[in-house]
Amino acid sequence: MSDSSTPKTHGINIDALKSKQSTTANDVTETALTVKDLKLFYGEKQALNGINMTIPKERVTAFIGPSGCGKSTLLRCFNRMNDLLDDVRIEGQIMLHDQDIYHRSVDIAALRRQVGMVFQKPNPFPKSIYENVAYGLRLMGVKDRRTLDEVIERSLRRAALWDEVKDRLHDSAFGLSGGQQQRLVIARAIAIEPEVLLLDEPASALDPISTLKIEELIYELKSKFTIVIVTHNMQQAARVSDYTAFMYMGDLVELSDTNKLFTNPKQKQTEDYITGRYG
Amino acid sequence: MQKWLKSGSPWVWLTAASVSISIIMVIGLLLLIAVRGLGHFWPADVHNFEYLESNDQVVKVAGEIRNSERIAAQQIIDSGIQLETTEQWVTRYLIKTGNRELYGIDFRSILDPLISKRSQDTAMMVLERHEWGNFYGILKQVKVDGKVIAEGDNSWAVLQKQITATSEIYATIHDIEQGEIGSINYTIERLRLKQRGLELRGKDSPEELGKIEEERQSLQSQYKVLQDELKSHYTELNRASLVAETIEGKSVEIAISKVVLAYQPNGMTIFGKIGFYLHKLWEFVSDDPREANTEGGIFPAIFGTVMMVIIMAIMVTPFGVIAAIYLREYAKQGPVTRIIRIAVNNLAGVPSIVYGVFGLGFFVYFLGGNIDQLFFPEALPAPTFGTPGLMWASITLALLTVPVVIVSTEEGLSRIPKSIREGSLALGATKAETLWRTIIPMTSPAIMTGLILAVARAAGEVAPLMLVGVIKLAPALPLDGDFPYLHLDRKFMHLGFHIYDVGFQSPNVEAARPLVYATALLLVLIIIALNLTAIAIRNRLREKYKSLEH
Repeated sequence: MSDSSTPKTHGINIDALKSKQSTTANDVTETALTVKDLKLFYGEKQALNGINMTIPKERVTAFIGPSGCGKSTLLRCFNRMNDLLDDVRIEGQIMLHDQDIYHRSVDIAALRRQVGMVFQKPNPFPKSIYENVAYGLRLMGVKDRRTLDEVIERSLRRAALWDEVKDRLHDSAFGLSGGQQQRLVIARAIAIEPEVLLLDEPASALDPISTLKIEELIYELKSKFTIVIVTHNMQQAARVSDYTAFMYMGDLVELSDTNKLFTNPKQKQTEDYITGRYG
Repeated sequence: MQKWLKSGSPWVWLTAASVSISIIMVIGLLLLIAVRGLGHFWPADVHNFEYLESNDQVVKVAGEIRNSERIAAQQIIDSGIQLETTEQWVTRYLIKTGNRELYGIDFRSILDPLISKRSQDTAMMVLERHEWGNFYGILKQVKVDGKVIAEGDNSWAVLQKQITATSEIYATIHDIEQGEIGSINYTIERLRLKQRGLELRGKDSPEELGKIEEERQSLQSQYKVLQDELKSHYTELNRASLVAETIEGKSVEIAISKVVLAYQPNGMTIFGKIGFYLHKLWEFVSDDPREANTEGGIFPAIFGTVMMVIIMAIMVTPFGVIAAIYLREYAKQGPVTRIIRIAVNNLAGVPSIVYGVFGLGFFVYFLGGNIDQLFFPEALPAPTFGTPGLMWASITLALLTVPVVIVSTEEGLSRIPKSIREGSLALGATKAETLWRTIIPMTSPAIMTGLILAVARAAGEVAPLMLVGVIKLAPALPLDGDFPYLHLDRKFMHLGFHIYDVGFQSPNVEAARPLVYATALLLVLIIIALNLTAIAIRNRLREKYKSLEH
């Protein structure tokens, strides 16, 4: 089916997918996160119905699905952001390094340093560009000016922002455009070297050119970090991810190699979704 | 008409009119107190009158016209004064005649139709004195040690020289009494307390007592030296005197040491008057009060007001902010927090005198009494903190204004976008770190808003202060050069209370009335200044943390 360009592909450039094949296809990868029978309730309402999945290490995994399917909720479970909400009950396990992150002994702040997150809307702090990136480092007690300078430059370079901001590091972060702010937020997240980077629709509030830059950035970053991205945009999922999970109504319908999922989905529901029957 | 109503323009007119009325009222208020208050310092001309008294005798009256009003002639005739006039209305003047030691009062009223002659004499002199109020008369002689050193035309210049010289001596005496001798007395009192403390703790060994005695002796001998110095200054001070003649031709001798200022308003040029006006204005804001607060300046009251507001602000801000953070960030939102919020809001509506009563009963008598028992037993039975003072006044006002700070801080906290909190938490910050590094700085403009409201309320409050620390005349400022420099236990003066005291408790109400306006104007200006400072700080903070807009 991969050779056809039928409407089934939903406008996805299959050639681009093919070129990516070599990097992901057959190598066996380690596992970063394992989810075991995860159930989540908002009060009485169940939002996740027993999810089982593994997130491969140093790869990009995309979650797709219609609105309200639970993909953001699942993502927020990985760094326990759901803890902030009242009335949330979680059952099951998420293993990171053979340690259940929902175990009582887990230090949540330390967990969040290992599992960083970038949100839908850019949320820089009302500080200078420099201080935004330094925020996590200062929390970890880094005071040495040289170390800070180094790490900040490296993070901004990795986030492809250095050339644009190197002359105004001490200006307010609010002077940046939306796309630059989002890359700044990514730089801030990677400055503390997390293992996993969670991206919750990182480009949905941005213009097409900024979106493209963010996608290129994700592609660059996966050599160093495990990336989990939630997106509404299936083309984006196809472009940036190695693996894609399709979720529907709180269930994980299908998780497989991105190429396979988009070109030859196993489940009828997945096929219906990516061909645009609903969603 | 129907159409006009529908168009909405009546509504526009109505709203605009209410805004205009508010603005006019505020400006009118400020203008009234400014004109009445500031006019007081202008050197008024001294008029001489020949006046027909009710016993058909003509008397001479000299003084400043302080007020004139028109009253019905019939009313005057009815009150038994013989008045031959065809006019329906006559003018009555209120004249400040001064010379209280001669006439008993400073003011008298005279009726315009009974004045037979009025004139102005450029030689007419006004003396401002340390006691007995103003003197009005003509200078005749200046004497030193009873011998006449100047007479006639050149005596005015000699008098001015003498006044300058005595003022300098006066200032020296004041410095010694208030400064060095005050400091020695303070130290001796502390030594006494130290000795008493040692006795109470049973540690009054002979060598300790000896040390204290030795120190006391050295202080006593210093005191003696100063005392002698003072004595010589006092003799110097009392040497010169002046002889003046009142309008009735009575000759009076006045010691120059009693004179603060001598001027001849009728002979002054306009520039001379402006210079005099500025001098008086400066004296008003920088000097101590004289003559039961009806003369001189109000510096201690300004100082006390500002001091109290600052201490109040230092106490209320952390307290209110911490309470608001708990309510908004840590407490589980529910019926209990809602009840607490309602209670806090209602606390802002409690009449301030109630806070005064609470402050007196709880802070002064209970807390202060216990503090004295525990920490200052050596001073008992004289209270240290168990009596109204600056600290208790500040705390009482802090309590009065804490609801305002809590409410506006909570509002500020609730306006911070969730994304900022999540961003910080996602970087591995704990909740406390998020609060400290991001949330509180971002809330600071709202905190400042609360503080502005608190300061505005506290600076204008008088009623509770009368119970917890403000007095008519404080012997010393709460801040001086004696350890521990800031004396929170001292009583202090306050502009608001000063207005009340001068206006309603003064023995010389006519003389004091302009001062009421002037003090009120100053109080308003100080509150405006405090507010503008806080607003400027808030605007800078807003500029810095303006992410709230997106």
